[in-house]
Amino acid sequence: MHNQRAPLFHLAKRTSLSPARAWTIRLASFVVAILIGGLIFLLLGDDPVSAYGAIITGSLGKKVAIRQTVKIAVPLLGTALAIAPCFKMRFWNIGAEGQITAGAIGATFFALNYYDKLPSPVLLIVMGLAGAVCGAFWAFIPAFFKARWGTNETLFTLMMNYIVIGLVKWLQGGPWEGKPGSQIIPNFASSAVLPKVFGIHCGWIIVLILTIFIYVYMRYSKHGYEIAVVGESENTARYAGMSVARITIRTMLLSGAISGLVGYMVASGANMTLYYSVADGVGFTAITVAWLAQLNPFAMIAISFLLAILDKGASTLQTVMNVPASISDIITGIFLFCMLASEFFINYRLVFRHDSGKEAVSE
Amino acid sequence: MQENCAVEMRNITKNFGPVAANSNVSLSIRRGEILSLLGENGSGKTTLMNMLAGIYYPDSGQIFVNGEEVRITSPKDAFDCGIGMIHQHFKLVSVLSAAENVVLGLDGPAVLDIKEVGRRIKEICERYSFSVSPEKKVYDMSVSEKQTLEIVKVLYRGADILILDEPTAVLTPQETEKLFDVLRAMKADGKAIVIITHKLHEVMELADRVAVLRRGEFAGEMMVRDTNPQEMTNMMVGRPISLNIERPDPVDPAERLVIKGLTVVDSEGITKLDNVTFTAMGGEILGIAGIAGSGQKELLEAVAGLQPVKSGSILYTPEDAPPSELVGKTPKQISNLGVSLAFVPEDRLGMGLVGGMGMTGNMLLRSWRRDKGVFIHAKEPSELAQRIKEELEVMTPSVRYPVRRLSGGNVQKVLVGREIASSPSVLMTAYAVRGLDINTSYTIYNLLTSQKMKGVAVIFVGEDLDVLLELCDRILVLYDGKVSGIVDARTADKEQIGLMMTRLSGKGGNADA
Repeated sequence: MHNQRAPLFHLAKRTSLSPARAWTIRLASFVVAILIGGLIFLLLGDDPVSAYGAIITGSLGKKVAIRQTVKIAVPLLGTALAIAPCFKMRFWNIGAEGQITAGAIGATFFALNYYDKLPSPVLLIVMGLAGAVCGAFWAFIPAFFKARWGTNETLFTLMMNYIVIGLVKWLQGGPWEGKPGSQIIPNFASSAVLPKVFGIHCGWIIVLILTIFIYVYMRYSKHGYEIAVVGESENTARYAGMSVARITIRTMLLSGAISGLVGYMVASGANMTLYYSVADGVGFTAITVAWLAQLNPFAMIAISFLLAILDKGASTLQTVMNVPASISDIITGIFLFCMLASEFFINYRLVFRHDSGKEAVSE
Repeated sequence: MQENCAVEMRNITKNFGPVAANSNVSLSIRRGEILSLLGENGSGKTTLMNMLAGIYYPDSGQIFVNGEEVRITSPKDAFDCGIGMIHQHFKLVSVLSAAENVVLGLDGPAVLDIKEVGRRIKEICERYSFSVSPEKKVYDMSVSEKQTLEIVKVLYRGADILILDEPTAVLTPQETEKLFDVLRAMKADGKAIVIITHKLHEVMELADRVAVLRRGEFAGEMMVRDTNPQEMTNMMVGRPISLNIERPDPVDPAERLVIKGLTVVDSEGITKLDNVTFTAMGGEILGIAGIAGSGQKELLEAVAGLQPVKSGSILYTPEDAPPSELVGKTPKQISNLGVSLAFVPEDRLGMGLVGGMGMTGNMLLRSWRRDKGVFIHAKEPSELAQRIKEELEVMTPSVRYPVRRLSGGNVQKVLVGREIASSPSVLMTAYAVRGLDINTSYTIYNLLTSQKMKGVAVIFVGEDLDVLLELCDRILVLYDGKVSGIVDARTADKEQIGLMMTRLSGKGGNADA
């Protein structure tokens, strides 16, 4: 009567998984991603092996290529580090894009107006500070409204992005325009450009220092503890005598300051000027990086580097093999999807129908 | 297999990560019988029943209903088998009426004939002599009405196997009696009934048979008429324990908290506390009784500084310092003065604990501020966590294991243990034993009593009147935010307090109820 069939499978939480097996699963998901990606290349009529070869050589093959790849990874890592404390606090800051841009504006102001008035090292430090302050200010506004009136931070931070991007467009065409009618801000003087270390602007050193800083901050500092408690339960935080409003604002100031610093590095180190797409979606991609790394700063290094390889490799692929530009996004999407899926299989296992019960019935 | 066997569970195993909630449990449920499922916290009673109700699916084992093997993968499957479960936390939509809640999720004709539903609800009510008005909205209902509605809901779906998870936890003694009458009527009607409870006197009063789980395993079963509370407790715990609460007389009670005319109005303008006046003494346990939502939470929160006070005063006199006014101080200042609150909310974790952190992280919640410098120092909290784990027998794989994954009783031990460890001079606990098994409850009662003997003013908000009467020195009864009376726990009786909980005695003091 009610004797319906057992479900084909059901989910069971894993007892525990040795790190070795967890990494086997991660590796397997990587292989699956490569296979699915290969299928896409086949469908497009390309040879998967040479396509992947082009991605690898394009991103890691030559010194120049490696430098390009690192240059893509630096802002990704920096921004992921910036938003990690917010996400730990369950404050959905999706305004890193705008905070990067705001930071770039602050740095550019000093680059354009003080390039001949300050010695280069001082100028670069002032630009960095200006970037951090402007990024922090841009993050402070939504944080203040959230703390004071409980506004929705997701919408608020998102909208702030468009405002600041519009502001740069106005600067490009107005007060900071170089050649009249060009709609372009002139290139920075060499004194306002970040020096290179091993052929890459020294921003990579800054983000590595930030990685250690955020790791220690989140794990061992009182602030990090407060952030974790607020993220888990605001009631508990209140009960323990923490001021949720103050912690929210302080954390957003830090997050915005780091994003602003990233904006400074991109403008001064990579672009050597300011234009409206200075953030170029990094503020959003960094969300993926932060989540995939499960907010672990060291894992973020690996993930941002992997995404940079895919990004750089795919653009080489485009020129070498004449595949559509969107292929890069598709391949990146497949890799991200498989990586997320692997975390699921690390936490759960599927129990299939046949393995229990049946033999017991006959007793 | 007996003829009247409604459900048989064979060798059921269910694991949650590293925790074995049930291992190899076999249990049978019979028609025309009330089975009581007993066990300590985390012994897997609710998990076992949830597998009958389609909430969980067993990792291995078999379930037979009416002699046929079934697979229950969803609550709908459970209803198809005639199994209905009334959960501890009600699953009702408060903006809908009783009748609408009853038909929610059922297949039916395209046009809903709500009158017909109402008629059938009336029919069910008459059959077992309880009352539900089909048009009444759930938000207008009392706790006991909601529970009745939950029962009607499963009966409407044709359930003849009923599982009730701690149904009396939220009821007054009078309401409990009414519920028991209904259950007896259903039993006479040939239904199979399972009741999960911690209260042994209820088992003795109501059940025919009792099955005991211990740490996820089946510990044994017996007919209630052949057993006694002591034997059941021993089986539950696995060793003999004493069932008496020791109540030494207070030594040199001194005024610790003097509360005068305390009035609290919530953000929606509803008066939660109305002119509450009482005194809590050091060296005594003051019990607070009342139906859920009578202002207990607001009272404790107001003292702890978590609830804005509209008017009134809370004067706090520490043992060795001049009195100070608590109204207007921040939670931080108040807790620094030595006033501690161990509030166990309904979801146990919402306040006071951080679910994602381990015991150590939760101990830090009390001590983090005292640490000097920028960094947290985990050594001392880690030692404290270890000590509480050992002294209170907290079942956890490690002090770093997230407390959210612990069973309710263990979570409470962590919370209460931490509050006591902060050596407060006023210790407020709300529902400290909510849903706790006997063994753990007694551990906590003894902890509170030893605090009292140290001269601490203990305020104990409780649900179980038997316990309040045995544990406390005085009992304050709240009704609708007002003090309905304060009685001497050594002379008061249950009926008296039960009546004071439902209406104002008008006089305060030892009212003749």
